[in-house]
Amino acid sequence: MPKRTDIKKILIIGAGPIVIGQACEFDYSGTQACKVLKAEGFHVILLNSNPATIMTDPIMADKTYIEPITPEIVQRIIEKERPDAILPTLGGQTALNVTVQVAEMGIFDKYNVEVIGANIQAIKKSENRELFKKAMHKIGLDLPRSDKAHNLKEALEVAEKIGFPVIIRPSFTLGGTGGAVAYNIEEFKRLAKTGLESSMISQILIEESVIGWKEFELEVMRDVKDNVVIICSIENFDPMGVHTGDSITVAPIQTLTDKEYQKMRDASIACIREIGVETGGSNIQFAVNPDNGRMVVIEMNPRVSRSSALASKATGFPIAKIAAKLAVGYTLDEIPNDITKETPACFEPTIDYCVVKIPRFTFEKFPDADSTLTVSMKSVGEAMAIGRTFKEALQKGLRSLEIGVDGLTDLKSEVSESKLAEKLRTPNAERIFYIKYAIKNGMDINDIYKHTQIDRWFLHNIQEIVELEKQITDFSQQMSDNRCQKTENKRQKNLPSDVCPLSSELLLKAKQFGFSDKQLARILKTEEEVIRKLRNKLNIKAVYKLVDTCGAEFEAYTPYYYSTYEKENESCN
Amino acid sequence: MAIKSKKAIIALEDGKVWEGLHFGAKGESYGEIVFNTSMAGYQEILTDPSYKGQIVAMTYPLIGNYGINSEDVESRKPFLAGFIVKECSQISSNWRSQKSLDEYLKENNIIGIEGIDTRALTKHIRLQGAMKAVISTKDLDNNSLIKKVKASEGLIGKDLVKEVTCKKLQTWNNQGKYKVVVLDCGVKFNILRELANNNCKVIFVPAKTDAKTILGLKPDGLLLSNGPGDPEGVPYVVETVKELLDKLPIFGICFGQQMLGLALGGKTYKLKFGHHGANHPVKDLKTGKIYITAQNHGFCVDINSLNKEDIEITHVNLNDNTLEGIKHKKLPVFSVQFHPEAGPGPNDAKYLFGKFVKMMKNS
Repeated sequence: MPKRTDIKKILIIGAGPIVIGQACEFDYSGTQACKVLKAEGFHVILLNSNPATIMTDPIMADKTYIEPITPEIVQRIIEKERPDAILPTLGGQTALNVTVQVAEMGIFDKYNVEVIGANIQAIKKSENRELFKKAMHKIGLDLPRSDKAHNLKEALEVAEKIGFPVIIRPSFTLGGTGGAVAYNIEEFKRLAKTGLESSMISQILIEESVIGWKEFELEVMRDVKDNVVIICSIENFDPMGVHTGDSITVAPIQTLTDKEYQKMRDASIACIREIGVETGGSNIQFAVNPDNGRMVVIEMNPRVSRSSALASKATGFPIAKIAAKLAVGYTLDEIPNDITKETPACFEPTIDYCVVKIPRFTFEKFPDADSTLTVSMKSVGEAMAIGRTFKEALQKGLRSLEIGVDGLTDLKSEVSESKLAEKLRTPNAERIFYIKYAIKNGMDINDIYKHTQIDRWFLHNIQEIVELEKQITDFSQQMSDNRCQKTENKRQKNLPSDVCPLSSELLLKAKQFGFSDKQLARILKTEEEVIRKLRNKLNIKAVYKLVDTCGAEFEAYTPYYYSTYEKENESCN
Repeated sequence: MAIKSKKAIIALEDGKVWEGLHFGAKGESYGEIVFNTSMAGYQEILTDPSYKGQIVAMTYPLIGNYGINSEDVESRKPFLAGFIVKECSQISSNWRSQKSLDEYLKENNIIGIEGIDTRALTKHIRLQGAMKAVISTKDLDNNSLIKKVKASEGLIGKDLVKEVTCKKLQTWNNQGKYKVVVLDCGVKFNILRELANNNCKVIFVPAKTDAKTILGLKPDGLLLSNGPGDPEGVPYVVETVKELLDKLPIFGICFGQQMLGLALGGKTYKLKFGHHGANHPVKDLKTGKIYITAQNHGFCVDINSLNKEDIEITHVNLNDNTLEGIKHKKLPVFSVQFHPEAGPGPNDAKYLFGKFVKMMKNS
């Protein structure tokens, strides 16, 4: 189906000011949309209250309104500009919210404006818990179990049915009391009682807790012909209970079999269809019980999200750009894959590397803020790294955070056993370093798992980093013992002393595990320059590999690169 | 050093050599080298009989993460000639995992090699084509290996089906409305599972079973399974299919499509490096709908060799426009080159089993 010709003028809503949880990723998606739609010959009107964005640069849209993103302003712009359509799915939650409000005022009907991308019904279905639950049950998907109770007796029955731990949420409270977790019957009785008292209608919602379950996300795209593809799968390092924006996340999924992944893929496709996102991208989150594999849907974002910006960079598939094209009627098979040119965008990227995203916090600037990580996002940025192994990507990502670490470094001081347990149990910005500390101090992976519920596969990979570091230290210790001996011998024979602090095998392995020269120099108590020279001498050099969407199956014309330590360098030949 | 004793080598017939560390079994093994781009599903890949005679390199670098379980097998054992990865996980982390990939390959005498720049290897295969290769842990002399691999038998014209087909008739499922005979050229269990899910009694028979014996079983339909190697290596299967063309509803999958194509007078040819992955877009030419499909084939039916008076092209691959599906214009006979049964890969095309059932119902 070619581009629509019945619409000429499109209003795009931006994301407004940069706040935690809604940052430059929406400038990126909005800018992409402006560029694409303009290039397709549409007249683009843009509303964004934030002038410090790329998308508000004069060349981006045909007309830009820097005004507050409120229903009244949208109404006035519509009155003045008379657009044929409004595209709300590229400006984060702000754009979706205002669009729903404007729809409820009847403005779109009055001025005959079509909402493209996700329609109002789809937005509502994904946002309203009750509607969402109903929709998911309709397509046979599981959600965390929950039920209402009006007194303690009912509450106890519900809790028994669901099993501990449970989350208790009072309905209709003054000032909005949040949920509380009960791990046992005593706690539950107490919390249910307070909950019932604080509810104006004496009602609580008791919900199965999925805290500690494995968390996954799928980035899905759909076109007007109902073709659906998965762009990227993401596994969260931190289990449920930490906001995705605050979690270390990894692409693709690492610890699901294909059967389990396909179940999730089928569920995502069913979800985007049932919610009714007609065109564009959606992000669907799942939790999986690590003990028996039970999968529940957590939520769905019917729009381009922070994760889709990440997924685009991780796979080479430009989600926002394609979403804008799909919104104006193109189908996935009509759009070429930008990187391979000869194959269409209607496929699922396959990657031959591992991507790790690590959140960046600035708790030092807010000394009074609680640095515990919870379901509300607290990070202010993130670093994404690509490597051929998880270990490499993790260490590259950590040193990209600009928090003064050059990889997975040691804590600055010793910690007590009780503090360590606490720091492992309660999610926090430095947890990854406490995990390293725990491993280094001999804590078993199973014990760390008990505290953190971080999948053993991730913990084992960290353990491999720690073990290699130990091998390096041991090797260097041995060499230095030998050196004293040798130097003594050489001095006697008048020979120059020339000692290698690392074997070629160990050094290569260290680089493949993501150790930086600086980090190795620190471990070996020498200078970065020494390691660099040694590497050059041993011909252990970074090579550059392509991000090409297809795992090298097709030729790439406009790829980008990441560095790693492998045999073949693709950046020059 | 300990590292040295784990050394293993892959040598290609064009003289290219890669060095890595072995896991799984030790020894020396020959086969055609191919790459697979699925990010998950190594267990299904290992147990897919279509890989008989092939050494498989995974493009996704981290393999073995979720171990091996007893449920996700696609046949009675792995048949492939070797398994190449960047990093084989030392830990198996999944609630269904029963053993590690390393243990599994040891048990089944399959040589694995890790530490390979699998991207460089993939690019080499993409540019030079699938070719003969050897993987060895005992002969570590490059020149000797290259010499041996050059002299080794390739898979062109060879009958690999006889090595993987069942020895005698077997019943997979004896409940169901329609009786389907599966001509087992190396059938994946998921095909049998899907037929059973679609209310079919399922019997699978050795590939050499003749038409008369098949008809004697009084089936409602015939399924031509996937299988390894060169379709021209099994003229006896083509003969059987020819005889059954106007007698039974027929559904061919992968190698089954090639059997059908040959029986209908078409020709097959070898693709440069084949299709091995879980992300291939296939277009249904009638509806315009696109399905993301699982694929695993090195040969293909030549789209131009088919008699268009009798045969309709139903599906094409959007990546390279190769033939993905055909149907007979007068007979209840159809086939696809991809794997509607998934395992590993998407379930998008599973509806085709329903289509086959409908065909049996109407004839």
